[in-house]
Amino acid sequence: MKIGTPKEVMKGEARVAMTPDSARQLQKLGYDCIIESGAGDAAGYNDDTYKEAGVKIVKTAAALWKEADVVAKVRPPTEAELKKSREGQLLISFFWPAQNEKLMKQAADQGTSVIAMDMVPRISRAQKMDALSSMANIAGYRAVIEAGNNFGRFFTGQITAAGKVPPAKVLVVGAGVAGLAAIGTSTSLGAITYAFDVRPEVAEQVESMGAEFVFLDFEEEQQDGSASGGYASVSSPEFTAAQLAKFRELAPEMDIVITTALIPNREAPELWTKDMVESMKPGSVIVDLAAEKGGNCKMTVMDEKIVTDNGVTIIGYTDFPSRMATQSSNLYATNIRHLMTDLTPEKDGTVVHNMEDDVIRGATIAHAKEVTFPPPPPKVQAIAAKPKEKVKELTPEERRAQELAAFKGQTKQQVTLLAVGAALVLGVGLIPGMPASFMQHFIVFVLSVFIGFQVIWNVAHSLHTPLMAVTNAISSIIILGALIQIGSTSLLITLLGALGIFMAAVNIFGGFLVTRRMLAMFQKS
Amino acid sequence: MENAFTIAAYVVAAVLFILSLGGLSGQESAKRAVWYGIAGMAIAVLATLVGPGTGLWFVSLVLIAGGAAVGYQLATKVEMTQMPELVAIMHSLVGLAAVFVGFNADLMINYVNGIYEAQGLVLGTVGEDGITAIGLPKETYDSLSAFGQLIAKKSSVEIGILRVELVLGIWIGAVTFTGSVIAYAKLAGGSSKLPFQVDTSAKKLPGGHILNAAAAGLSVLLLIVYLTGGGSWALVLLTLAGLFIGYHLIMGIGGADMPVVVSMLNSYSGWAAAAIGFSLGNDLLIVVGALVGSSGAILSYIMCKAMNRSFISVILGGFGGPAGEQMAVEGEQIAIDADGVAQALDEADSIIIIPGYGMAVAQAQQNVAELTRRLRAKGKTVRFAIHPVAGRLPGHMNVLLAEAKVPYDIVLEMDEINDDFPDTDVAIVIGSNDIVNPAAQDDPNSPIAGMPVLECWKAKQVFVSKRGQGTGYSGIENPLFFKDNTRMFYGDAKASLDALLNKIT
Repeated sequence: MKIGTPKEVMKGEARVAMTPDSARQLQKLGYDCIIESGAGDAAGYNDDTYKEAGVKIVKTAAALWKEADVVAKVRPPTEAELKKSREGQLLISFFWPAQNEKLMKQAADQGTSVIAMDMVPRISRAQKMDALSSMANIAGYRAVIEAGNNFGRFFTGQITAAGKVPPAKVLVVGAGVAGLAAIGTSTSLGAITYAFDVRPEVAEQVESMGAEFVFLDFEEEQQDGSASGGYASVSSPEFTAAQLAKFRELAPEMDIVITTALIPNREAPELWTKDMVESMKPGSVIVDLAAEKGGNCKMTVMDEKIVTDNGVTIIGYTDFPSRMATQSSNLYATNIRHLMTDLTPEKDGTVVHNMEDDVIRGATIAHAKEVTFPPPPPKVQAIAAKPKEKVKELTPEERRAQELAAFKGQTKQQVTLLAVGAALVLGVGLIPGMPASFMQHFIVFVLSVFIGFQVIWNVAHSLHTPLMAVTNAISSIIILGALIQIGSTSLLITLLGALGIFMAAVNIFGGFLVTRRMLAMFQKS
Repeated sequence: MENAFTIAAYVVAAVLFILSLGGLSGQESAKRAVWYGIAGMAIAVLATLVGPGTGLWFVSLVLIAGGAAVGYQLATKVEMTQMPELVAIMHSLVGLAAVFVGFNADLMINYVNGIYEAQGLVLGTVGEDGITAIGLPKETYDSLSAFGQLIAKKSSVEIGILRVELVLGIWIGAVTFTGSVIAYAKLAGGSSKLPFQVDTSAKKLPGGHILNAAAAGLSVLLLIVYLTGGGSWALVLLTLAGLFIGYHLIMGIGGADMPVVVSMLNSYSGWAAAAIGFSLGNDLLIVVGALVGSSGAILSYIMCKAMNRSFISVILGGFGGPAGEQMAVEGEQIAIDADGVAQALDEADSIIIIPGYGMAVAQAQQNVAELTRRLRAKGKTVRFAIHPVAGRLPGHMNVLLAEAKVPYDIVLEMDEINDDFPDTDVAIVIGSNDIVNPAAQDDPNSPIAGMPVLECWKAKQVFVSKRGQGTGYSGIENPLFFKDNTRMFYGDAKASLDALLNKIT
C-alpha cells in the first residue's frame, strides 16, 4: 500500500507529516511512500532529500490523493481536500472532531476512514503516538523563547561590573505537557519559576522540574485528574475564586506569565483577568497558549501579538509548533510512524484496522461509512487511579495518649510474662520431693535463658550467620560431658565418649574458625 | 579442691561466652568477641581435663587434635554460599554427641547400680535424714570416675530426675541429628556429599503429621517404660523415635523455609546440651546450652516474623490455603537487555540492590560487588536492601556481600531502607522474588498477605534479574514483574551481570 503526504494547505503551516527518516521506517513496514512536491520545504526537507530516502515525488495534491491508500497530514483536512479522498482511503491527521462535526460526517459519508491524532487515548502504550503531547512539548518550549524574545531583560540574575540584574520571575499556569516543558525551559534559562495547576498531584512533577508549586489555601477535596484521563476538569466556583485571588496576589511580581490551561472540548477558562494584566509591570510578557480556544486571558488576540496600554505584551500565537517546523515535523512524523506500526501487525504493508484495539478504536472517528465518535471509554484507566492514603496528622495530645497506651500495653505484656515465668519456676520448686540439687541447676538454667534473650536481641541482623556459627561452636561445650565420661572402666562408655569428644572438637574448631573467617570479611567503606 | 577450681574456671568461661555473644551487636566488636568465645572454650576444656576428667588425658588430647584438623579443613574450604550447609551439618554433630553422652550417662547409672548390687546395697537408698544417700565403702567409691561418684551420691528421686534429663538430652539430640542431616541434604541439593539424595521440596510420608505425633506419643510411652525400670532397650527405641521425628519433620519443609529450620535446629542443639548438663550436674553445660537455645529460638522468631507466619505453620510445612481468589495480575512482563540497564544505571543517582537466594545460587556476589564499586566510583549512591529471610540462613546475604568486599555500612536492613525507595532512581532485584512481592500488601487473599516486603516498586525504575518467567518458591505470581516501571533482565544472574559490567566502565 502507499502512504502519501500532501503539502499543508493552511496558510503559515510549515510542518509536514512525513520526513525522510520516517519514510525510511515506513518502507521497512512494507509501505511505499509518496509526497507532494515541495511539501517539506518549509520544514527544511526539500524534494531531493525525500528522493534519497526512496520517496516518490508527486506533482500535484490531486494526484497524490488519487494514488495514496493512506494519507497522512498535519492539519485537519479542508472540505475541498476531503472531497479528493475516496472510499476505503485512510486519512490520518489532527481533526478536532468535536468542533468539526460536519467534516467528520462528510468523511463518513464518503467512506473515508479517519484516524484523528488528537484522539489517541492517553494510556502508557499509546504514548509513542501521542502527537498532542509532542506538539505541546514544543509549544511549551517555544512559548518561553517567544516570551524571552519580547522581554527586555535577562532571565537569570547576574551581578556584573555594570550593575545588578534581578532574575526574571516566570509563572506557568497549567502544568500539563506544555506547562512542564515551559517550566523546564524557563528554569534552565535561569528564571525563578512558579507553577500552578488545579491538579495537586502534579506538584511533585513541577518541583522535580525545578519550579515552585503555588498552593492555594483551599480545603475542598480536589478531583484527581487521573479520573478524567490525565486532563484537568472544570473546578468549582469557590475554587476558581480562590485561584484568581492567588493570581491577583502574584500578578504584580511576575515578569512573564505563560498560561496553558485547557479543558478538553471546552472553551479555555479565564484565569488571567484584565485587572491582573493591568497590575503587571510594564515590559512584562504574557504568552497565552490557549489562544486557539479563546485564551486564558480574555485580552489575548488569536494569532497576534498586542501591547496593552500599560506596556504588557500579550502573545496569542497558535502556531508555536509550526514555528519550529523541523523539530515538530520530526516528532509528528515519528508519532505517525508508530501509529502505522500498530496498524501493520504483520509488517507487510497492509493496514489492519483493528477496532478491538483500545488505541486504534479510540482514535478512529470515521470508519466503514459510520461516524465512530465519541469512542467508548478505554478499558484501561489512564493512570492507576489509586486514592492517596491519608495519614492523619496527630495532635500532640493524641500522640502522647498513643505513646502512653503503647507503654501501658508493653508494661502489661511484660508483667504477664514475668508472672507466668515466676509461676512456672515456683511451680517447679513446689513439686513435692524436688531435690535441692536440681533446683540449683534449674536456677542457673533460668538465669541463662534470661541472659541469652537479653543478649541475643541486640545482635545485628547482618551478623546472624556468624551468630549461628558461634553458637554452634560453643554448643560443642557438650565435649565436657564426653571428657568426664571417657575415663570410665567400661569400654563402651569410653568408646562413645571418644566419639563424642572427636565430633565436638570438629565443631569447636570448625565453628570458631569459620566465624573468624566471616567476620574478617566485614569491612567498612 | 580440684572441683572448686573447675567451677571457678567454669564461671570465667560462662562470662566469656556471654560476652562473646553480646559482642555480635556490631561488626567491629564482633571481631573481638569471637576471641572471647575461643578463650572461654579453651578454659572450659582445660579445666575439665585437669579437674574431673582425669582419665585418658592423652587419648582426649589426640581426639581433640584430630577433630581440630577436620574442623580446620571444613572451615577453610567452605564457600560462603555453602554456609547454610556447613552450619546444618555441624548441628548434626552436636546432636549426635549429645546422644552419645546421654547413652554414656545411662550406662554409667547401670554400672554404678551393678556395683551397689555386688555390695548387697541398693542405689539411691536414702539415710535416716531422708535426703543423704547411703554411700559405698570408701575404696569402692574412690575407684569410680567423677561421674560415677556423682551418681553414687544421689538419692533415688535425684536419679529419677537424672534419667528424665538424659532422656530429654538424647531425644532432642536425636531429633537435631537427623533433622540437621536432612536440612544439610536439602540445602546442598546436588552438591550434597551424603550417600543419598533428598528432594529439596516438601515431602511427607503418607500419614503426614500423624506419624510425627505417633512417634512423639511413642517416645512418651517409652520414657515411662524406661523410668519404671524398663532398661536400656527402651532408651534405644526412644532414640529411634527421635531420629524418625527429626527426619520426617524436616523432610516436610520446603527449601526456602530453611532459615527457620536451621535456626530451630540451632536452638535444639542448645537445649540438648542443657539437658545433658542437668543430667551430668554440670552448670557450664546448662549455661551454654541455655544461651544457644535461646539464641536459636530468637532467630527462629525473627525469621517467622519476617515471613508473617507462625512458627507452628512453618514447622508443620506448607502454606495455609489462600482465603479466597487471588488477584489476577494484569499486564505483561517487559524484557530489557544489558544496554538498557546500563544506560538507566548511568543516568541514575541513587541505586538500591536487593539480593536474594538466586544471587547465591548463581555465585554472582563478586559481580554484584564489582558493579557496586564501579557505580560508586562514578559518585552514585549504591546501597543494599536485605530482607531478613533473603537466602537460606539468617544473615546469609550479608556474609556473601561481605565476602565480595562490599562495605557493610551500605548494606541495610529492611526497616532501615524501606522508606527510601520513593527517592531512589533504580532498584535492582537480583534473584529474589517473594520478598519483593507487592501482593503481600495489596492482595488480602495472597498466601503471603501481611508479610513485610521490600517496597522496591516505589523506586522510579526496577530491574529484575531472573532466570525465567517462573514464580517463586511459594508458587505465587509476583505483580512486581508486571508493573509499568519494572523491566525484566532475564538470564542467569552471573551471566547477566557479566554482560552488564561490559557496558559499564
